[in-house]
Amino acid sequence: MSDYYGLPTLKQPVWTWEVPAYFFVGGAAGAAATIAAAARMAGGRPELVRDARWIAAVGGAISPPLLIGDLGRPERFLNMLRVFKLQSPMSVGAWTLVAFSNAAGAAAFADWIDRATGGRVPVRVIGNAAETVAAATGLVLSTYTGVLIGATAIPVWSDNVRVLPVHFGASAVGAAVSILELLGHRDPALNLLGAGAAAVETLVGASLELSSREALVPLKQDWTGAVVRAGGVLSGPLPLALRLMAGRSPSARKAAAVSTIVGSLLTRVGWLAAGRESAART
Amino acid sequence: MVTAFLTDTTLCIGCKACEVACKEWNQVPSDGCTFTGFSYDNTAGLGHSTWRHVKFVERMFDGASAEPAGLSRASGSEPRGYRSNAFRWDFSSDVCKHCEHAGCLEACPTGSIVRTEFGGVYIQPDVCNGCGYCVVTCPFGVVDRRPDDGRAFKCTFCYDRQKAGLQPACATACPTESIVFGEIDELRVRAYARIEELRARGIEDAVVYDPQDTSVGGTHAIFVLRGRPEEYNLPSKPEVPTVHLRDGWTGAAVGAGLILFGTLAAFIGTSLTNPGTNPGNSSRALRASRER
Repeated sequence: MSDYYGLPTLKQPVWTWEVPAYFFVGGAAGAAATIAAAARMAGGRPELVRDARWIAAVGGAISPPLLIGDLGRPERFLNMLRVFKLQSPMSVGAWTLVAFSNAAGAAAFADWIDRATGGRVPVRVIGNAAETVAAATGLVLSTYTGVLIGATAIPVWSDNVRVLPVHFGASAVGAAVSILELLGHRDPALNLLGAGAAAVETLVGASLELSSREALVPLKQDWTGAVVRAGGVLSGPLPLALRLMAGRSPSARKAAAVSTIVGSLLTRVGWLAAGRESAART
Repeated sequence: MVTAFLTDTTLCIGCKACEVACKEWNQVPSDGCTFTGFSYDNTAGLGHSTWRHVKFVERMFDGASAEPAGLSRASGSEPRGYRSNAFRWDFSSDVCKHCEHAGCLEACPTGSIVRTEFGGVYIQPDVCNGCGYCVVTCPFGVVDRRPDDGRAFKCTFCYDRQKAGLQPACATACPTESIVFGEIDELRVRAYARIEELRARGIEDAVVYDPQDTSVGGTHAIFVLRGRPEEYNLPSKPEVPTVHLRDGWTGAAVGAGLILFGTLAAFIGTSLTNPGTNPGNSSRALRASRER
């Protein structure tokens, strides 16, 4: 609260629900593209590669409408591609998303052609190349959103600028793994990857809880704190414990997947809401 | 010519002529009609439809402990009035700071926000698509998105008037020369000279607000204030958010590395330990599944 009638110094973010939704969808899509590429290189099941490619493609198709919907002047969305500015994470993100959506779509489409024609049309090389581009841009897509909100004047965001990309990246991997599992994939690698993401989320949550910096108050108090904490538990320690039991209990694994997806979504909603609260406290 | 505002709050009488002149010249729409109860000001702050705003800082002084400097004591003698419940108004006409390193300009993904030849920061309304990133990257809380329009707005530094060789509307309208417009280096000299003058008169708390020692690198709206900047809702240590980019992208690189390494390790590791569950490479498996 400022000394001037307690009025905030900073303006609150004007972003609406589409932005946290995009953080979730784009992040999961980006991580799914990386999973598709890694699974193929490691000789994983082609059905897993196919579905991971499709998750990336569908996420890459949903993300632009979400971002356009949040604009004050949606009809001017192409102005995002007027310039490329390295110093603007939003510009970097817009260009990354364009590259990702095209590559992820091409990779999934190539897989479909390959299957539909029984391999007679030589699209596999193109599909694999597109998949590699999607994986590379997907790595940026699932992490840059942390830089996007971290490099702002909002105290709770800028205070966590180092950890946010890792936090959102782990959240993205957890969500992508969980969506694949809910589609019926039971590969042990997915459970292992999900456990790794949940472990990172647990560490991030613990470090935030153990710190008592003034800027972190919106992550701990009121409804914004409740949402961030619920998201943290549902994508961190809870799925980690469930995944460690997954060998014995398939239902534990399914529960972990559901918990991770809900937690990943709540994490983004909570952090965006905490930003509004943080600005109101300046 | 690189220009600036020098807003001297010790000269401001709170008439709000600058607000009105700004509204009229720039055809800024209504910013609402609300009763804030904050002194005699019902506008509260800068926003998408308020590009100049006169702050009414009320100062109450209780007894002899903290009397308003320059008013209460004749030199060396007994206090001369204003002893109990003394009151003073400080008025300050706030405006976009037109930072030397502007967070909004750096963050704008469309290139709508540009630096003009006069050194000001200008939002091109025909380019802005209302992404809202400038709103969260302004360290002074100046830029805002107008809900019914969808675009971001703030002080234009009267770019059109400057182009035509005129002064900004607010400076032209100011009846006390509290708002002075001119060449930036001259105004900086003038600001510090004014501080010397005020201090010589016993106004010890007069300061220049021009955060040149922060990452903002100084502003094109310089202020002469009394007391701490926070009392005028100005941050004492504003930082341009681009200073966080190095940490942010380092974090992103660490995150991306973890994802890449973790994903590869998970799939290669499990295929080595359970060769049965990951049958061969994908093309071989695809052929195998087709043969079945």
